[in-house]
Amino acid sequence: MKLNQKEQAMLAGEFGPVKQAAIQHQIKVGDFFEAEDFVEVAQAHIMADTESLGEAGVVWLEGLAKNSSKDRVVSIPTITDPRGTDFTKAKQLGQTEKMLDLERRAIAAFVKMGVSMTDTCINYQTIMAPIYGEHVAFGDTGVVIYSNSICGARSNFEGGPSALSAGLTGRTPRYGYHLDSYRRPSQRFSIDWMPNSLNEWGALGAYIGKQTGNYWAVPILEGVSSVPTSDSLKHFGAAMASFGSTALFHIAEITPEALRPQDLGIDQLSPNKIAYADVMALQSSYRVTDDVDVVVFSAPQLSLIEMRSVADLCEGKQFKIPLLAVTSPQVKADSDRMGLTKTIEDAGGTVFSGMCFYQSYAREIATANGWKRLATNSAKMVNILGGYGYIPMLASMEECVRAAETGKLS
Amino acid sequence: MSTIYYAKHALGNVVEGECLCASDGFSARYDLDRINGTFSRPSHKLFGQSYKDKILVLDTAKGGVASAWMLYEMKSRNIAPLAIIFNSVNPILVQGAAQGDISMLSGFTEDITQALQSGQILRVDPSKKMVEVIGGIVN
Repeated sequence: MKLNQKEQAMLAGEFGPVKQAAIQHQIKVGDFFEAEDFVEVAQAHIMADTESLGEAGVVWLEGLAKNSSKDRVVSIPTITDPRGTDFTKAKQLGQTEKMLDLERRAIAAFVKMGVSMTDTCINYQTIMAPIYGEHVAFGDTGVVIYSNSICGARSNFEGGPSALSAGLTGRTPRYGYHLDSYRRPSQRFSIDWMPNSLNEWGALGAYIGKQTGNYWAVPILEGVSSVPTSDSLKHFGAAMASFGSTALFHIAEITPEALRPQDLGIDQLSPNKIAYADVMALQSSYRVTDDVDVVVFSAPQLSLIEMRSVADLCEGKQFKIPLLAVTSPQVKADSDRMGLTKTIEDAGGTVFSGMCFYQSYAREIATANGWKRLATNSAKMVNILGGYGYIPMLASMEECVRAAETGKLS
Repeated sequence: MSTIYYAKHALGNVVEGECLCASDGFSARYDLDRINGTFSRPSHKLFGQSYKDKILVLDTAKGGVASAWMLYEMKSRNIAPLAIIFNSVNPILVQGAAQGDISMLSGFTEDITQALQSGQILRVDPSKKMVEVIGGIVN
């Protein structure tokens, strides 16, 4: 990689050992992908729940944080993805003191490094959405695909160590979705129907992700007849990224880089028509039983609008099984203030803040609570939780709330 | 006689070990029981098999960003693959391999999951961007 004077100085250790280690890591990755040079980034977003980090990852973070305050702090706005717990409700989840201690240590290390503990995977809805053409280094696949596709920003998937490195150095290797040549559509899909709910948007995203199945594929979807909501596209993108490892999609005449799809060479691509029945078949493939142990709304964290929808459905109900609604600290404060949290919790549900269900020791909390059959409206979550021993089932928000009342999906 | 396959991208050190191969994807979060070192997703073609000290040969990287931390954590407990070889890889697995010091190859002219077989003994040499079949079932 070509390094400018500042980058050479970082590599030589003139900015301290933390930034030196960070740029060494970035060069390894950049060399793998044959990046020519670095590009400066405006923000970094770090995924670092402690189920992923483990003791080894936390010790590594603590080692960085022990350096002098001059050397260890990030150089650009750097924020965090959901943590692995909501400390106020950890006992209810059955999380152990060891898990919480690891969380506290990771948080203390990040704070020492100047990282802002936003604890959210919906930063594009709540903190500071990136702008068109802006280069960023974002973790969480849902954050990356939304920022690339809807905002027109430029990011690769940046795992925790790489996003932290970008926060420290203020740059990232210029490869993949930082380059124009990678952002053109490579697969073409169309619909002649519109998804009716968040789970249907998620299932459509999941279907496209399964078809593309490759980080480097860029699908374009035609036939979307009206502008979807931010929450619809959040579920659509998060599911596509989860099922396909997809980092960028376009929607013809809607997303900013596909306003004139005819200019993108899509005539050269074979069209693939997606029937409503295809997407419903994907959703139904997860519906293996009617009995439900737990209902979870999470992945991505709920927006304020979703929180209001859940609260409206919970009004006056009494739940037979647990219902968990997981949101960001920013939305939680508004939900408390507007009475949404109280409505959900009066019905027997629980609102969690600053975590995400699958990032919170999902296997261990399943054992602690006897949870196996889980209903959710998140297509992303049903994809993930199979590996954690759950039987996850995809249904609408309304069906999920009804399941919390009756213990059954009907 | 050995058989050699060349990759477009490579990272890490020379390693030798037994091949565990499938035409399927890979995500440390989605597919693994990292405590016991086995594939835990029931629908995965390697379900139930141990990946410890194996050279994994798989089609593509799947899913989320957690694998970048998880490879490092798995390596710290010595319950990690020796190397991972993909037809196509996403940045997360590369970042994780760089962090966890796990050798990695990707990008072949042939489908590497069809070219190699489980049980073969492989030598991965990232400096030469190659994998060589050196024992077991030789093609």
